Amino acid sequence: MANKILTIKNLTKTYGNNIVFQNIDLSINEGDTVVIIGPSGTGKSTLLRCINLLTKPNGGQIWLDDEEITSKEVNEDNVRQHIGMVFQNFLLFNHLTALENVKLGLVKVKKMDKTAAEAKTFQELERVGLVDRAHHFPGQLSGGQQQRVAIARALAMDPRIMLFDEPTSALDPELIGEVLEVMRKLSLAGMTMLVVTHEMGFAREVADRIVFMEKGSIVEEGSPEDLFNRPKFQRTREFLWKITELYGKKE
Amino acid sequence: MDIIRFIQYIASGTAYTLGVTFVALPSGLILGLILAIIYVYGGKIAARILSVYSTVMRGIPPIVLLFILYFIMSGTINLSPFWAGSISLGVISSAYQMEIIRGAILSVSGGQMIAALAIGMSRLQAIRYIVLPQTLRLAIPPWSNEAAIVIKDSSLVYALGVPEILRRAQLISASTQQPFLAYTTAALIYFGLVLFTNTLLRRLENRLRIPANP
Repeated sequence: MANKILTIKNLTKTYGNNIVFQNIDLSINEGDTVVIIGPSGTGKSTLLRCINLLTKPNGGQIWLDDEEITSKEVNEDNVRQHIGMVFQNFLLFNHLTALENVKLGLVKVKKMDKTAAEAKTFQELERVGLVDRAHHFPGQLSGGQQQRVAIARALAMDPRIMLFDEPTSALDPELIGEVLEVMRKLSLAGMTMLVVTHEMGFAREVADRIVFMEKGSIVEEGSPEDLFNRPKFQRTREFLWKITELYGKKE
Repeated sequence: MDIIRFIQYIASGTAYTLGVTFVALPSGLILGLILAIIYVYGGKIAARILSVYSTVMRGIPPIVLLFILYFIMSGTINLSPFWAGSISLGVISSAYQMEIIRGAILSVSGGQMIAALAIGMSRLQAIRYIVLPQTLRLAIPPWSNEAAIVIKDSSLVYALGVPEILRRAQLISASTQQPFLAYTTAALIYFGLVLFTNTLLRRLENRLRIPANP
């Protein structure tokens, strides 16, 4: 049986009386790409933030490998180092070049020496095809390039798993492709990935498993094949129908 | 007394004016910076206390505060009027500088902090390497305003007897019966100092500007 990298049990998040999500169970095997789809406001992004300990869940547990990261004794900074996160609005450090953005974590968090960090940085920029933009500032890069640098920045920390929070939602249509291409390659290279996206083409082609979330719970999960062709629930069918009509006319 | 010696007498107070400014402005900056960080990241109670500090310090005329702080300080530790006056002005300025820096911290997007935490940085590292470098750049224009105010407010220490520009202008005006010349000379020196400082800070702002496509 494959190695489980991430295990979520009974996870619940509420703000006051407002339930964001409730009793979420999810596990991800090493090397798998799991895509979460669902209408906005169903807690997908909050779920990713909880996994990265950027938001505290109200109940339930999360394990990264064999370590329970929701336990009180855990060093949060240390955990986040092993979980890569890519945000909808890129969030590159505005005052640093692409190179410095990727290098900073290596030097300050991993305490690598400057030469080794720089070599690793160029390796990661190479992976996202942006070596020639190393000395550009975020304000000098297109949205797609910024997001690719953000991916390189997360990858540089050698994370156990990469979380993508709607990585292409803030991009102009012509820039979406380059980011999805980087993610597709990453998935093929065996990175474990949890992706929240509305890109159904990507989900269908790259995902090992698709999870459909609505109103704070998981409605249905399965292979892309099953979910797209034989959804068990009416809600899943309606959502997929609506979203493919909106985004993927060609399919 | 010829005019050159007249002007020289007043201008020699510039050393004190600069001295007061060079103590008050940096000490106000360091204190203001620390207080601003505590204000933003230190929780509700700290924010409440600092909000009171800011309101009180900014709600009282600097000359009144200067006297109060001066008499507290000279009563407890034996400081010269120069040091007591400079440090008092620094403390007063810290409230204004805290507000400037706090505003700048808040205008750096909260996402920057989240992104820093996400790669495994501690909060302190995130503040030091991500938030502050952007904050301080944003703070330069309002800060140069505060620098001008501190240069001008340094004249207040004349009331403690420190022989700076205004004090000297007052003395020589009394002894020569030439108030217009005396105070105009003082005004021009202050104006020159403020202009020079603002030009310098504008250059700094341009040099530190983060490159971006238009």
